[in-house]
Amino acid sequence: MKRHSRFVISALAFGYAFLYVPLVLVIVYSFNDSRIATVWGGFSTRWYGELLRNEQVLDAAFLSVRVAFTSATFATILGTMAGFALARFRRFRGRTLFTGMITSPMVMPEVITGLSLLLLFVTLQQLVGWPGQRGFSTITIAHTTFSMAYVAVIVQSRLSGMDESLEEAAMDLGGRPLRVVFDITLPLIAPAMVAGWLLAFTLSLDDLVIASFVSGPGSSTLPMYIFSKVKLGVSPDINALATLIIVFVSAGVVIAWLATRRAMRKTG
Amino acid sequence: MSLSSQQSQLWQRLAIATPYLWLLAFFLVPFAIILKISLADPIIAQPPFTAAFDDAGKLSVTLDSFAFLLTDKLYAITYLRSVAIAAIATLLCLALGFPMAYGIARARVEIRSLLLLLIVLPFWISFLLRVYAWMGLMNNRGVINNFLLWLGVIERPLQILYTDFAIFVGLTYSYLPFMILPLYATLERMDLDLVEAAQDLGASSTRAFWDITWPLARAGVVAGCLLVFIPAMGEYVIPYLLGGPESLLIGRVLFDEFFVNRDWPLASAVAVVLLLLLVVPIVLLQRSQAHDAGDGA
Repeated sequence: MKRHSRFVISALAFGYAFLYVPLVLVIVYSFNDSRIATVWGGFSTRWYGELLRNEQVLDAAFLSVRVAFTSATFATILGTMAGFALARFRRFRGRTLFTGMITSPMVMPEVITGLSLLLLFVTLQQLVGWPGQRGFSTITIAHTTFSMAYVAVIVQSRLSGMDESLEEAAMDLGGRPLRVVFDITLPLIAPAMVAGWLLAFTLSLDDLVIASFVSGPGSSTLPMYIFSKVKLGVSPDINALATLIIVFVSAGVVIAWLATRRAMRKTG
Repeated sequence: MSLSSQQSQLWQRLAIATPYLWLLAFFLVPFAIILKISLADPIIAQPPFTAAFDDAGKLSVTLDSFAFLLTDKLYAITYLRSVAIAAIATLLCLALGFPMAYGIARARVEIRSLLLLLIVLPFWISFLLRVYAWMGLMNNRGVINNFLLWLGVIERPLQILYTDFAIFVGLTYSYLPFMILPLYATLERMDLDLVEAAQDLGASSTRAFWDITWPLARAGVVAGCLLVFIPAMGEYVIPYLLGGPESLLIGRVLFDEFFVNRDWPLASAVAVVLLLLLVVPIVLLQRSQAHDAGDGA
């Protein structure tokens, strides 16, 4: 194979530095003792302590995790069904509309999705009196809607990469369709469902704009809390919070990567 | 009909109908409502717009909000600025992302998946916090300014944060993975022998790139550019945190019309026009993805 040109090597080096230097600096400055976040005042872990005593942060984090957990679960159920329908049922009435509705939420600007869902909730409240209060339930519905698309795409690509002979064999041997689904298909697409769930969970934890639209007074998710603080500028306890999130997420992603690599080596 | 095929049909219907109804209720119907409210008049009430049918049951719609959008130059300028800024950010992502995707696709297999992991990893880390990280870098007393002062290149801190330059940095930084992944997917499938054959026949490497690599990578370029351009058009967080107060982008205008001015019909009209501008790119993207899926099958 040809060696890389100097241009490609420098693009790679610059690109990776561009992606990671800001994150490394946030981690470094989270241990900065100075209240002015950009001036170095010695090493300290005080901001982590303040963070853990800040009840607003803890409340917001708790709401975010509850929403993320619930919406990721719903999104995985609905998204798996949708991915299954797209991969296995070639033709049904309204397939084009269905495909369009699955893929659009992924690219739709968040301000439009957020506004449209809020207007829906307001209209519903006028018509049927529900939802009386916007918060956990409305944010969960909104997050389920956009993250089920990602689950559907992951499940669909796993299913279309997999031949149908196993399912057909089980059917030929007299397995009932529902049993075939539960005994053969679901175990085979389980890795895709797990990946989809994790992605949905992360997307939900990450969302600021849609949640800002559909939440009501008094219910702030973690990103909403962070945004309200960083609007005013850099702040040291947000550095500490960011560091915790960066470290946890990176550890999780790297562990998942190592695990799938090992699994692939075993089977492949 | 046997029990088995009845069950099969039931399962099939259930698997289609459940997500279908969900998306109709929470994706399609909301758009109809946006359209409806964009045709209403703003009033001071709860909710702050007029009903589509008045008390006598007569249809009452108005194009006032759209007329206002068209006559007030501010909105036209904001839409144009949004298109321009999203387009420039897309080109920046392409300029940096193409050589990176090329390098990853041509790297040794053992390190390729590690390089890809490092591209995807930032995507899993909070978007908001990654934008925030740049506030600390580009601040007047931030790392970049301190470094330049220390080098003696500048005598007074540069205004980097709260400028359009900062918006470009933020957009490129946030959307770079969306550009690299589809590019990588097409470049990785590409037959390297073609490039070598061209070079053996005497083409310079520049010529081989523009005649062979670039046309073959077109599907990835199109997908990557659309995946960056579409969300960048409606971006709210990046212009808010990194851009200046006078640098209006349409995502922020929509947000402010709704939350600050409480003009729901106007905010809805802004959304409808934004959606119209994005219909073509979104359809193109769906076509390119359908084409891709067809290739795989």
